[in-house]
Amino acid sequence: MITAGVDIGSTSSKVVVLEDGKKILSKVIIPVGAGSSGPARAFEQSIREVNLSREDIKRVIATGYGRTHFPGADQQITEITCHARGVYELLPGVRTIIDIGGQDAKAIRVGQGGIVSNFIMNDKCAAGTGRFLEVMSRILEINIEDLADLAALAENPASISNTCTVFAESEVISQLSGGTSREDVAAGIVNSVVGRVAGLVKRLGVQSEVVMTGGVCLNWMIIRMMEKELAIPVMASPMAQLTGALGAALFAFESAR
Amino acid sequence: MPEKLTSRNLLNQLQTRHYTNAYTAKMKGQLVGWATSIFPQEFCETMDLTVVYPENHAAAVAAKRGALPLLEQAESEGYSVDLCSYARINLAYMKSQAAEVPIPLPDFILCCNNICNTLIKWYENIATELNIPMILIDVPFNHGYEPTPAAIDYIKSEFEECIRQLETITGRQFNFERFQEVMKLSNENSRAWKRALDLNQAVPAPLNGFELFNYMSQMVCARGRKETGELFKLLIEELEEKISLGKSCYEDGEKCRVMWDGIACWPHIKHNYKALAKSGINIVCSSYPEAWVLLYEPGNMDELARVYSMIGNNTCMEYQADRREGEVRNFKLDGILFHVNRSCKVMAFMQYEQQRLVAARTGVSIMNFDGDQADPRNFAAAQFETRLEALMEIVSQNKSAKKSKEVMNNDPA
Repeated sequence: MITAGVDIGSTSSKVVVLEDGKKILSKVIIPVGAGSSGPARAFEQSIREVNLSREDIKRVIATGYGRTHFPGADQQITEITCHARGVYELLPGVRTIIDIGGQDAKAIRVGQGGIVSNFIMNDKCAAGTGRFLEVMSRILEINIEDLADLAALAENPASISNTCTVFAESEVISQLSGGTSREDVAAGIVNSVVGRVAGLVKRLGVQSEVVMTGGVCLNWMIIRMMEKELAIPVMASPMAQLTGALGAALFAFESAR
Repeated sequence: MPEKLTSRNLLNQLQTRHYTNAYTAKMKGQLVGWATSIFPQEFCETMDLTVVYPENHAAAVAAKRGALPLLEQAESEGYSVDLCSYARINLAYMKSQAAEVPIPLPDFILCCNNICNTLIKWYENIATELNIPMILIDVPFNHGYEPTPAAIDYIKSEFEECIRQLETITGRQFNFERFQEVMKLSNENSRAWKRALDLNQAVPAPLNGFELFNYMSQMVCARGRKETGELFKLLIEELEEKISLGKSCYEDGEKCRVMWDGIACWPHIKHNYKALAKSGINIVCSSYPEAWVLLYEPGNMDELARVYSMIGNNTCMEYQADRREGEVRNFKLDGILFHVNRSCKVMAFMQYEQQRLVAARTGVSIMNFDGDQADPRNFAAAQFETRLEALMEIVSQNKSAKKSKEVMNNDPA
């Protein structure tokens, strides 16, 4: 049986196509999200790659910020529950999930069987999210993927004290024009996100094992600094930003069976 | 045949009359007061004074989507966007009197800081700008489980001063016999209100939380009046009938029972109601309307001081956690929705620790969302819906897991 999970975030669209709830047939990421052509393109590409049509897919579950607006879905489940399901499949011992997406950050407590027992989300603000890193990378004139490597070269990480993205942007510009090195500013940016998100995790209560999901977990410096901040090992999800789509595809398989 | 009077119709009539009467009184040259929402109304009711409640008015303005122009007016006059939105609405209204539901300007104001301290500066501002007298009942915060004897004595001395000031303002003597009657009536109404709230312990609950918020306005504005008792008598009859028929307030049934913690998000109340109803989540109780259950022995001034001191925001962590724990048990709750209200710093101050305590003691699922009691700009519908759906998913998963466990335990094999 073929099922699919479509995770429509604010900045990207992710699809995982599964066979019999086990084998990943295809996985696609398109870097535009809700309200764009991204979800439809990602879905079409994911089934075209393996020569399937919509009729071949027994059930499709949509998740993420844009989940209610995807016409091809049979059901919608929140990204909180889908990330927990995806993580349980990949790393069943995990009890704490840190999901940093494009527009929000979440700390999720998972019990046995991958069931969510509690979660905390950031407040209505871009601080500590992927969007914050995007804005800051643009000021540093680097690709977001290169932020970790640049931050690793810091000698005296700068302090970015503003949590508001707009204010932090001016703060970073003034630090750069004041002569602070790009490396130190990059490290300050990483620390700012880590500090903000670690606060959420501490409020939830840190329980081993801890994993990070979402696109931001590709930034190895954030993982490293998060470990330091929480004083506990933090893993990166092997499927990073595809974890939620995997969870949705698994739920689709389980409900269609 | 005349249509049967429902409690909802009666509530609308009483609320309309409340505001109309205030205007009529003003036009007749009688004194009109403004009071904070949990001011000891027994004193002004005894003096037969017309009083309106700016917080209730600001909530009505916000629910009718009229808040934004007043908020912008206040901000353009220099009030910070970080101030309480009720205060901003009211301070702007004081200047422009531009609202769909108008209230007359006050001749005196009554302030009790048992719910927050912003009220003091807000009311001092009104008193200064309009050059009118202000009566303040200053209530110390209860760091212990109960008010100290010194705090009780202090509050009682303020009651005496309040009476003296009211006599000066009105030029009339305070009638202690009438005071006793008002206290008796206020307690009867509080008991009836508590009875109505407790009827929602039934499964399924006969009333949804947003209706509780609406009926609550009568307790805010007229809890010392006879007609309030009549309203709740009718409401109780209706609720008892619904319970006897096993009727849920949702057509598709009640899938999840939660408590709403904090003030309503008035500008988005329709959205909140629809989103909750769509998920089958019912607000069966709330810390908000409960605040107007004020029970004491009529005539016992120590108890009167205590009850006005023990308002949720003015009590210690342990007392608040015990109350919530009791509600989780009595109302058979699956979860609690915490409104992280940008306007109400005093409420947000203890919220996270309350969540931790109550979740640890009861295992109930917790969800919090960002919003505001009256500023429509501080709320995101999509975020609210995601959190609500996630809560529903957690509750459903927990219920299925519990059911499977029961089946396994009952399986003779």
